[in-house]
Amino acid sequence: MVDYQEYLAFIYSALESLNKKKVVLSEDTELVGDIGLSSLEVMEFIEKIEDHFDISIPLNILPDVSTIGELAKKIHQLNL
Amino acid sequence: MLFDKFQAMADFRAELAEQDVAPFGAVTEKILSATEGIVQGHKVILAGTNNYLGLSYDARCIAKAQEAAQLWGTGTTGSRLANGSFEGHQALEDEIAAFYGVNHAIAFSTGYAATMGMCATLAGPGDVILLDADSHSSIYSGVKLSGADIIRFKHSNPDDLAKRLRRLGDRAGQALIIAEGIYSMLGDVAPLQEIAAVKREYGSYLLVDEAHSMGVLGDSGRGAAQAAGVESDVDFIVGTFSKSLGSVGGFCVSPHAELEHIRFCINAYIFTASSSPSVVASTREALRIISSEPELRTQLWQNSNRLYDGLKSLGLKVGPSASPVIAIEFEDHAKTIACWQGLMDRGVYVNLVVPPASPSSNFLLRNSVSAAHTPQQIDTIIAAYASLKDSGMLTSAEYDAA
Repeated sequence: MVDYQEYLAFIYSALESLNKKKVVLSEDTELVGDIGLSSLEVMEFIEKIEDHFDISIPLNILPDVSTIGELAKKIHQLNL
Repeated sequence: MLFDKFQAMADFRAELAEQDVAPFGAVTEKILSATEGIVQGHKVILAGTNNYLGLSYDARCIAKAQEAAQLWGTGTTGSRLANGSFEGHQALEDEIAAFYGVNHAIAFSTGYAATMGMCATLAGPGDVILLDADSHSSIYSGVKLSGADIIRFKHSNPDDLAKRLRRLGDRAGQALIIAEGIYSMLGDVAPLQEIAAVKREYGSYLLVDEAHSMGVLGDSGRGAAQAAGVESDVDFIVGTFSKSLGSVGGFCVSPHAELEHIRFCINAYIFTASSSPSVVASTREALRIISSEPELRTQLWQNSNRLYDGLKSLGLKVGPSASPVIAIEFEDHAKTIACWQGLMDRGVYVNLVVPPASPSSNFLLRNSVSAAHTPQQIDTIIAAYASLKDSGMLTSAEYDAA
C-alpha cells in the first residue's frame, strides 16, 4: 500500500522538469496558480503519476485539486 | 477579477493584430463553388472546410432545401419534444438508421449537440467513461457533465485502454469506451479493430464518433468501424451532417432499443430547437447521394493521395499515411501564422489550429481535401507550399529529416 508521503515525494520529482519558474515546492504550492502549468502540462504530469503507480486518476477529481498536498491526498484516498 | 482569465487570449489576439493577420473566423465574402470562395478579399481555393464530398454546393441538395423552405417555412421554432418534430425529422432518423443498418437513430440540431449530449447522458454518477486523450472538445464537454468517473487512455493506444480497464476490476463491464474514427486535427484513423477486441474482452460498451469518417471510410461510407469490420462491436455511433453531408446537424445510431428511452433524457436534444426543414431536406438528399454515388469517395481518396504525396515530396512533415485531413505541425508559432497568411496570399485557404484544438503545444496548418477539388486545384495547393519553402518561410523544422 502506497502512503501519502510516497505520493507526495513522487509528485515533487515529477514536477521538477515542469517547474520552469523554479518555485520552491511545498504541499501548499498551487499547480496552476504558482507553478503555472498549462492544461496540457497538467495532463502530462497526471500521466506520469498514473504510469509510475499503475493507477488511473479520474479527470473529475481535478476541479477539487489546486495544491500539491490536495492532489497527493486525493490520489491516496482513491487507492486506499 | 472576472475577466482576468481571458488575459492570455487578449495577449494572443494582440499579437495577431500586430502581424495584421486574422486567421480565426476569417470572413468568407462569397462562395464561388464547393472549393472556391472569396475570403478576406482573397480569391482562394478552399482547403480547410471538412466539405469532404463537396455536397455543400450540390444543385440537388440546394433544390431540396429550397423546396422544403417553401413548403415548411424557415424554422421549426421548437424542440423535438414539443412542436419541432416535422415529418422530415422522422424520415431523416429512419433513413440514417437504415444507412447504418440499425433500428434506432436520433437526429440532433448540431454535431456538437449530438456528441456532447450522448456523452453527457449515457453514463452517470457511479459509472466509468474511458476516453481517448485526443478526443474532441464536444466529448470532453459531455463527459464532464455526465457525473461519471472520467479516465483518459493514451491516444489510439489499445494496450493503455486494456490496462485501465484491468485496473477497474468489476466496474469494467459497465464502462463506456469512447473513440473517434478519424481524428479531426491530424487525420489519423483510430485502431478500431484492436479497440473493439479490448471492448469484447472486458464486456464494456463502445461509442465511436464518426464525424470525420462518415462518407469517407468503409465500403458504403459508414465510417471507420465499417472499414475495420467491427460495426457489430459498436454500441453507439455519433456523427455530424456538417462535413461529408454538407449541411448542419448531428446524429446517434444504435442497435440498442434503449436509445428510444435515452432520447427523452438528453438535454442537448430536448432544450433546443430542432433543425430547420431546409437543413433536414438537404441532409436527406446528401445521404441519398453518398449511398448511391460511391465514386465520390473514390475521388476524395484520389485527391487526398495526390495532396499527401505532393506535400511529402516537398519534404514536409506530414502524418504516416494519406488521409482527407493532412496537417503540418509547427513548433514556431509566429512562423505558422506567417505561413497561414502566406498561403492566403498565394490563393489557398487552410485552417490555422492552435492549442487546445491541436493535440500538443504545436500549431498546425490543417488541410482538408474534397472530392470536388480538381487535380489542378490540388496541384495549386502543393505549389503554394513549394513557394513558401522557396521563399524561406518554411524551414528545416517542418521538413522531414529523412
